[in-house]
Amino acid sequence: MSSQLPPFFPLRAGRVHEVCGPASTGFSAIVAGVAGGRALWAQEAWLADMLTPASMMPFLDPAKLLLAKTQNQTDSLAVAEEALKDGSLSVVVLEVTRPLDLREGRRLQLAARTGGTTGLCIIPEGMGSNAAETRWRATPLFDPACEDSTLMRWEIIKNKSGTTGAWHVHWDAQTHRLHVVPPVGERPGSARTPE
Amino acid sequence: MWFPRLASDRVLRAHPSEAPFVIAARTGSTELIYCLNPAAEQAGLHRGMRLADARSFCPDLISRPAEPARDTRLLRSLRRWAERFCPWVGFEGTDGLVLDITGSAHLWGDEAALLADMRARLERARIEVRLAAAGTRGTAWALAHFGDTEDGLLALPVAALRLAPETVTGLQRLGLRSIGDLTASPRAPLARRFGPDLLLRLDQALGAQPEPVTPEAEPPQFSVRLTLPEPIGLEADVMAATERLLAPLCAKLAAQDMGARRLCLTLRRVDQASQQVELRLAAAMREPARILPLFQRGVTEVDAGFGIDQIRLEATQVEPLPLQQIGPTNQPRPDHLADLITRIGTRIGLENIQRFLPADSHIPERSFLIAPAAFSEAQGGFHAPRPRPIRLFPPEPIHASGAQPPARFRWRRMTLTTARATGPERITPEWWLPDDNWRSGLRDYWKIDTREGRRLWLFYTPQNPGWFVQGEFA
Repeated sequence: MSSQLPPFFPLRAGRVHEVCGPASTGFSAIVAGVAGGRALWAQEAWLADMLTPASMMPFLDPAKLLLAKTQNQTDSLAVAEEALKDGSLSVVVLEVTRPLDLREGRRLQLAARTGGTTGLCIIPEGMGSNAAETRWRATPLFDPACEDSTLMRWEIIKNKSGTTGAWHVHWDAQTHRLHVVPPVGERPGSARTPE
Repeated sequence: MWFPRLASDRVLRAHPSEAPFVIAARTGSTELIYCLNPAAEQAGLHRGMRLADARSFCPDLISRPAEPARDTRLLRSLRRWAERFCPWVGFEGTDGLVLDITGSAHLWGDEAALLADMRARLERARIEVRLAAAGTRGTAWALAHFGDTEDGLLALPVAALRLAPETVTGLQRLGLRSIGDLTASPRAPLARRFGPDLLLRLDQALGAQPEPVTPEAEPPQFSVRLTLPEPIGLEADVMAATERLLAPLCAKLAAQDMGARRLCLTLRRVDQASQQVELRLAAAMREPARILPLFQRGVTEVDAGFGIDQIRLEATQVEPLPLQQIGPTNQPRPDHLADLITRIGTRIGLENIQRFLPADSHIPERSFLIAPAAFSEAQGGFHAPRPRPIRLFPPEPIHASGAQPPARFRWRRMTLTTARATGPERITPEWWLPDDNWRSGLRDYWKIDTREGRRLWLFYTPQNPGWFVQGEFA
C-alpha cells in the first residue's frame, strides 16, 4: 500500500473546487478532515438528506462542523461567499442543486482568494461552473479485502493547472490519513481476476 | 406615600368604572378580597372577606384576579416618577414609597406645597394616595396610615409603630392603647416582655434611633440617541452616526460588564416615520469596531425618504460578559467565527446556522441533536459503537422478501448486486417516544457492500415485512 497522496491533493487553498459522483459526501468529509480547522456545510433546508455526526468521526471532529440551512440556492451562494471571504473557517462545503453560471463561480472564486479558504461545491453530474479550479468525480468501490473499507475511485475530470488522472484511494481512520492504493487486480500477490 | 388601593387603581385606571370593584386573590381553595374601591367599601365589603360572601352582599360586583407582579411594576414606575421630587426614593413594603425630602422641599416652597403638588398629580393619574411628611420615617409611616391628628404621633394607636399583630394585642391587653401611653411607661419591663423590637420601633418613630432610606439603584439603560440638526440620507453618513452612537453604548456596556446580544437601531425620518434595523449577534460582544460592520447590511436596506434626523441605538438584549483572566492556557484569541455567524444569520436567520450535539439514543435519526450554533456550545463526546452511514435519508422501499438481504435489488433505478452483507444489527423503537416513522416495529439493519461500489444501509422490518434503504456510507 503506498502512502503517497494523489497530486493536487490536498486541494489548493484559496480556491473553489467541485466534486460530483456518488461518493462526493465522503470526498468532502475527507477534504474537511485533511484541512483540519472548522468547516461550514451549506445545504438547502428542503433537502431531506441528513448528515450524521457519528459517521463524520473517522474523518473530522463533528464539533468543528457548522451547518447552514438555507431557503434556496441564492441564499446558499451568499452564505458560502460570506464564509469564504471571512477566513475563520478552513473549508466551506456547498451543496449545489442547480447549475452554477460563470458569474457565480467567479464570485465564489474571488471570495475564496480573499479569505484563503478552500471552497468545495458538491454538484450533480455536469452542473459545474467553468470557474472551478479542479473538478473531481468520486465513486465508491467494492473492496473484497476489508469490511469497513472506504475504498473510492477519485478522478480529476477538470484541472486548470495540471493534468487529469484517476486514483484508488482509501481513508485510514486510525492514522487519519489518506492512502493511494493500486487497483484491485494489480496489487502485489493477487492473481488477476478474470474479466 | 402610601397607596392603599394600588391594585384596584391599576385596573380602574385602564377601565374606569363607578361600580363596586374588587381584586380577589386565591388563597388555598377560597378567593379572598385583596383590594377594593371606595364604592365596594360603601357596599359593606372589606379586605380579607370571601369573594362568595361579597357577591351575596353586592350582586353587581365586578371582580378581577390579583396580579402582584403587575402591581410591583406599577410601584416601580411610581418610584421612578417620584424621583422628580427628590433623588432619594425607596420602597416601603409592597404598597408604599418613602422619600427623603431633606433639602428638596424648598424647591416647592415648603413641605405642604410639595405634598399638595404630589397629591394633585396622583389625583390626575387616578391613584389614591395618603401622604404624610414628618421628621422621622416611622412617624411619616404612622401618620400616612393612621391619619393626621392634632396631638401628632402620641395620640395614634400602638399599631402605628409597624409592630407584629401579636405585640399589638399584647399591648392592648396591658391597657397601653396609644403611643403616648407607651412612652409614659417604663422601658425595661416592656423590653423584657415584648423583646427589643418594640423599643426599636418606638425609638425610630421618635427619632432616637436612625432609620435611613435606602434608595433603589437605577437599572442601567443601554440606549443612546443622536438628534441631527440637518437630515441625512447617505449610507456612509448613517454608518458614521451609528459609529458615533456605538462608542458610548459600548462604554456603558463595559462599565456594567455586559455584552450586547441584540441591538436595535431606530432611524426616524423627517416625516416622523421610523425604520428599525435589528441586529442579532451570535455571541455577546461590546467592541464597536466589531459591531459596526455587522450593521452594514441592515443599513443598506433602509429607505431614507427625505432624510433621517434622529437615530436611537438600544441594546435590547444584554448578557453578562465579564473580563477574563489571561493565562498560559487561554490566550486571548480573536474569535471571528461569532462575527461570521452573525453576518450569515442576518441573511438566513440565526437559527439556521446549526451544529451537532451528541444525544443518547440508538435510533439513528435521534443519536444526535441539531442546535443553533449561536445558542449552544460545541461539545465533544460523539460515539459510534458501529459504523453509521454518512448520509441518512427517509426510508426508500425496495422490492425484496425474506429476512436475509436480497442478492440483487433495484434502488433509484439502479440494479445493484450484493457482494457482502454485514449484519443484522437489531434496533427496537423507543416506545416511550411516539414516532410515526417507527410504527412498523423492530428493524434489522444491514450494511450492504454492492459489487457496483455503493455501500448502503438497508433495514428489514420483521414485524411488518419489507426492505428499505435508509442511508449511504462514505
